[in-house]
Amino acid sequence: MITLLKNGRIYDPAHDKDGVNADIYIRDGRIVAKPADHEKIDQTHDLNGKVVMAGAIDMHSHIGGGKVNIARMMLPEYQEKHQQKQAQELKGLSEPEAHICTPHCSHHATPSTTDTGFRYIEMGYTAAFEPAISPVNARQAHLEMGDTPMIDKGGYAMLGNDDYFLRLLADKKDQKAINDYVAWILHATQAIGIKVVNPGGINAFKFNQRRLNLDENNVHYQVSPREILQSLSRAVHDLGIAKPLHVHCNNLGAAGNFATTLDTMSASSGLPMHLTHIQFHSYGTEGDKKFSSAAAQIAEALNKNKHITADVGQILFGQTVTASGDSMMQHLNAKHANPKKSVIMDIECDAGCGVLPFKYRDQNYVNALQWAIGLELFLSVEDPWRIFLTTDHPNGAPFTSYPHLIRLLMDKTFRNDAFSKLNLDAQAMSNLTSLEREYSLYEIAIMTRAGAGKLIGLNDRGHLGIGAVADITVYTDQADREAMFAKPDYVFKNGELVVRNGSVVKVVWGVTHTAKPAFDIGVEKDLKHYFDRYQTMQLDNFKISNDEISSDGRGQVVTHHNNKE
Amino acid sequence: MKNTNHDALPNSTTCPACGLLCDDVSLSTSHALSVQIDCTKGIRFFEQAFNTPISASPLLAGKPASLEEAITASAEILNKSKQPLFAGLGTEVQGMRSIVSLAKKTDATLDHMHSESTVSNTRTMQNSGWLTTTLAEVKNRADVILAIGTDITSTHPRFFEKLAWNTDSLFDKPTPELIFLGAPDANAKLNISPDGKEPAIIPAAISQLPEVINALNTLLNGKKINIETVAGIPTNTLIALIEKLKAAKYAVIVWSASALKIPHAELTIQSIVQLINKLNENSRAAGLPLNSGDGDSSVNNVSTWLTGYPTRSRFSDGIPEYDTYHFATAKQLAHCDALLWVSTFNPYPAPDTQAPVIVIGHPDTKFERMPDVFIPVGIPGVDHNGQMFRMDSSITLPLKKLRDTQLPGLSEVIGKIEAKLSNRIDGTAA
Repeated sequence: MITLLKNGRIYDPAHDKDGVNADIYIRDGRIVAKPADHEKIDQTHDLNGKVVMAGAIDMHSHIGGGKVNIARMMLPEYQEKHQQKQAQELKGLSEPEAHICTPHCSHHATPSTTDTGFRYIEMGYTAAFEPAISPVNARQAHLEMGDTPMIDKGGYAMLGNDDYFLRLLADKKDQKAINDYVAWILHATQAIGIKVVNPGGINAFKFNQRRLNLDENNVHYQVSPREILQSLSRAVHDLGIAKPLHVHCNNLGAAGNFATTLDTMSASSGLPMHLTHIQFHSYGTEGDKKFSSAAAQIAEALNKNKHITADVGQILFGQTVTASGDSMMQHLNAKHANPKKSVIMDIECDAGCGVLPFKYRDQNYVNALQWAIGLELFLSVEDPWRIFLTTDHPNGAPFTSYPHLIRLLMDKTFRNDAFSKLNLDAQAMSNLTSLEREYSLYEIAIMTRAGAGKLIGLNDRGHLGIGAVADITVYTDQADREAMFAKPDYVFKNGELVVRNGSVVKVVWGVTHTAKPAFDIGVEKDLKHYFDRYQTMQLDNFKISNDEISSDGRGQVVTHHNNKE
Repeated sequence: MKNTNHDALPNSTTCPACGLLCDDVSLSTSHALSVQIDCTKGIRFFEQAFNTPISASPLLAGKPASLEEAITASAEILNKSKQPLFAGLGTEVQGMRSIVSLAKKTDATLDHMHSESTVSNTRTMQNSGWLTTTLAEVKNRADVILAIGTDITSTHPRFFEKLAWNTDSLFDKPTPELIFLGAPDANAKLNISPDGKEPAIIPAAISQLPEVINALNTLLNGKKINIETVAGIPTNTLIALIEKLKAAKYAVIVWSASALKIPHAELTIQSIVQLINKLNENSRAAGLPLNSGDGDSSVNNVSTWLTGYPTRSRFSDGIPEYDTYHFATAKQLAHCDALLWVSTFNPYPAPDTQAPVIVIGHPDTKFERMPDVFIPVGIPGVDHNGQMFRMDSSITLPLKKLRDTQLPGLSEVIGKIEAKLSNRIDGTAA
């Protein structure tokens, strides 16, 4: 069966196509070259004048696993509130934050797995990556992602606060031992990348340390965050997996943390690293309130350091919940929770988590400035291949607010209008209105498709070349970019039409993306000894088999081979 | 010994009998069943399971029927029902996934058999949050373990063997000091460490625990108590306890919601959480709520990711709602027009109701009043694979099939019932 998407305006940055009119042919779920004349075209969609992009890829979104489910469980009142709001909307009494969620969504900030899949595909996203899988909790993360329909999934396994790794580092084990362990974790947890959250800090909190700076030692192992970053970024590089080490820096959310962030850029000695939700790590201490924007310094450093990529973690105003592996900093920030409650956990000598509800308010000085800092970063980082569009869902805002965020980036007037309504002190501390830049459709396609696919190493996704998986989104070009990106005309998943006019017309189940570099299985001998003596589960049960993900016929594990020499 | 046709057993198996979910259990069935663990609860579970026949006939009003007939009869009952109650819910992850799907199509109310206690924990977490820990942290870090209202071992038998008496730990800690506050005396006393250290026992009636914990909070906040005893406990004993908790490197406070059979259980747990939060201002401490079993952690987690809510919930026109008061089994039994009772780990019978009753459960279930439909199903972790959440929710472990069986799995049966429903609510439109 051949499907023809006729005469769309193609935005495919991986192939330098910036709004060129072309046809796309789909066969067996993939994009193919123009078939021979005698071959039958079974289906044609006339896309004359429509904007065509690859399906979008969210490279950082908390969609599954322990802390997300805690966030759901601890906030039943949001869901009730949301249902009331829907009822109001039906009466035409829309609130200003109505862009946050579309009708019928189960939850304001952390939707159920079903709704997560539906809301993503309805916006033209065809893949999302859970960035914080704690290895001991990986089975739950995959169970939740397995119940997330419509989109492809994948995750990054967290290391760097686990006792086993810190012990290797403290014992000065060679890089090969580290590499074998990191590769073993990727296999065992069915992940595609490695993340480190507050390097060493989550672990240090368990020893009653309350902050950890880049060159400060964890009291037990006498190992610093810098050493952790060096070791892990080297392992990721040596193993040849595409996704650079995903780094949530030390000192999340603290005034003055931009210095740590700048220092962190040098910690990998030039090896690739990805600094995540960098907005939360770009704070200075200037001004009366000792809280200021350091977006200019961070953007300048990002422009200079070509080995660093970043996603923004934009905040948008309204009620959300922050779910992080960073138990140390979340415990410190628990006093700012709104409503005032927090769940903090120490987990299995492996990880931690902290979940706090948050309400970002445009009249609050700090929140208003956070909003501006995120946008300043977007507009000041020059290379769209190295900066990614995220809200650190749900921490800065729910992912359903992406169309609104895209409009803020593409529409200067809209942005400046929004800015002019913020807390006045915050306005005085931001240079946002002096930034004239407006993102183009091509640049949006880089940030949300081509760049993300390339970063994670999804060779056949994020672009519209021959051989690519036919994950394709079709929009009507509209001046109101929020309306445009909120409701695509069509979304194709693996070549099948699954969304029409922003609504799901067919339920499908995506795949799970993984990376499985080669390693010395001898590493299991010591690990088995370690599990038997110190852990509370068997080594064999820690490992997740392909069957566990695919046995019910919904999911499938796709392994991306090392694409770096 | 029956049913010995299962010589290829895995080296170690996961025991679903309590929330510790021990996965180091070795079983041998070559002659008679032997279970290599020092755990009465685990042995009882596996003995009962392996004594269960590998085939059993469904019953319609007490008379043997085919599985097909029983499924059709179940679908008919649910088709006629406007507000069915799905209760018991003694199952693991896969079973609960199928139950939620069926509930969405039938606008059912969902409640787990142990919710009466679980809800006190969930509501505390929803009202104030908490700071908790997991089993491997306890094993490697805890130097003081304070158990409130529970002796722990009568519900979680290997707790101390696995998590306190371990001689190997990662951070060279001493054997933890055990303190039982308001725990059943006779049992608590038995928890003597292998090197002969006896636990400290502070007796109090469960009904007096709120008073005692509030006194502890008062003392921790630096206030004086100007009486000599609180609920019969010398104030000095409480002062000493607070000092011990403050001095600990990693104090773990354990409670059991099911042991707190008092009107203010939720407030009592909130007070315990307050104590833990305050301790963490200067030192490290963490809570560890014990679960009640029969898959409660699995059921609540699955329900939460599929619907946004843990149990006590219901669907109304396919949209989930949550109410820990109104959707209780005891309340709903009077209003429901059909009861689906599920208990696959233990042969627990369904509660009494006037409504038609479908029981899907353990083949050994005995009935005082015959249900309209009884479908015996396999026992998870014995007759079929599955996945189960441990009491601390952070760990999910695979349950393994241990014998060949003709019993269908719960999710298979529920799936077939769902397929037979006349489509009333479109479950796919989210």
